[in-house]
Amino acid sequence: MWWILLWLLLTLMPGAAWAHAFLDHAVPAVWAAVSAPPSTLQLFFSEPIEPRFSGVELATAAGRPIATDAAAIDPRNPAALVLRLPPLAPGRYRVSWHVVSVDTHRTEGSYEFSVGQ
Amino acid sequence: MNVSRIAAGAALVALALLPLANQAAAHGFAGARFFPATILTDDPFVADELSLPTITRSPRDPDGAREIGIDWDVAKRITPDLGFSIGQGWKYLKPSGGPGITGLDALNAGLDYQLFRDGPREAIGLIGLHASFGHTGRIAVGAPDFTTLTPTLAFGKGFGDLPASWPWLRPIAVTGNLSVDFPTKTTSAGAANPNNVNYGFAFEYSLEYLQRQVMDVGLQPPFNRMIPLVEVAFTTGLNRGAGGQTVGTVQPGIIWAGQYVQIGAEAILPVTSATGRGFGGVVQLHFYLDDLFPGSIGRPIFGN
Repeated sequence: MWWILLWLLLTLMPGAAWAHAFLDHAVPAVWAAVSAPPSTLQLFFSEPIEPRFSGVELATAAGRPIATDAAAIDPRNPAALVLRLPPLAPGRYRVSWHVVSVDTHRTEGSYEFSVGQ
Repeated sequence: MNVSRIAAGAALVALALLPLANQAAAHGFAGARFFPATILTDDPFVADELSLPTITRSPRDPDGAREIGIDWDVAKRITPDLGFSIGQGWKYLKPSGGPGITGLDALNAGLDYQLFRDGPREAIGLIGLHASFGHTGRIAVGAPDFTTLTPTLAFGKGFGDLPASWPWLRPIAVTGNLSVDFPTKTTSAGAANPNNVNYGFAFEYSLEYLQRQVMDVGLQPPFNRMIPLVEVAFTTGLNRGAGGQTVGTVQPGIIWAGQYVQIGAEAILPVTSATGRGFGGVVQLHFYLDDLFPGSIGRPIFGN
């Protein structure tokens, strides 16, 4: 039983250490199909992230890059990145992200969503 | 402010940011793929991690004996691509019809080198030399009186690079290992110590990968960090009277990978009569030292 108690202590103890930042959820959601073009992408991570070494890129599903401003940290949430979007035509899009958590661990990933399909 | 002072200031800022520019990889990452530390088969990555404890209740031996083991194992990176591991176990052995005996099993150690990490292909590979040391445990519980050297090759491959039109297959990953035992004594107490070939695989389906890389299906904790898997491992004798004899187990189970720890549990099913009969089970608590102690023992000893 002692190791179950230790696990509970470590997992429930807030702020004891920072860890790899995993994507928790996104808006629009991973693989979502939205009817109207979103004005922003929001990516919420499991840990606070370091904005200088984190970023989000958008491309069509075919791989054509879409110009955007740089992603920024949500001022109300240090574990969230926000990317303002240009008007998006109906179609499928790929979001690629890379983040560095505040303890310098790097993680990356990508996912797709679609607009008006 | 003159140019040299600006340059000096820029250099100081660059030095301060250098650790962030060389972010630690650690863990079992290859690109977006996270490979958990598996219980039965060797991991294809160097890491700063601790397994404590691993509790195993083995299937009954062919002669009816029952074993319970409690093991620990720690892995530490020397450089970002070179690591060592060391571990040992305590065993309770209950022979059929005889009194139970206890004692330490052999001390194990290994030196591993990360051959490659291919992020876009979610592929990872490792070579290593592992050793099980003689006279470091109690022979009555099965610890050897000889040292065995085991060169090892391990790999991992995620299938996230499959086309997006195959979303349900992309969370799949396979890890595997191949090694050969070279005992330093050919016989012990009249029994042969053969060379063996060891081979195993872990077939994983990462719900965490499904949720954050492929399709948000609305999984909530703890399910969004679970990795169902099946591990299989076999050992086949090559010589000294054991040629062709195979023992092995199939171990279906599940790993929950949290921020700082992972918990694994697997059933143990023998696949040959020489392995045993009935079934057993294993549970493991595993700590990510690089996440728990990112500024000290969670970093490589040299380099970043």
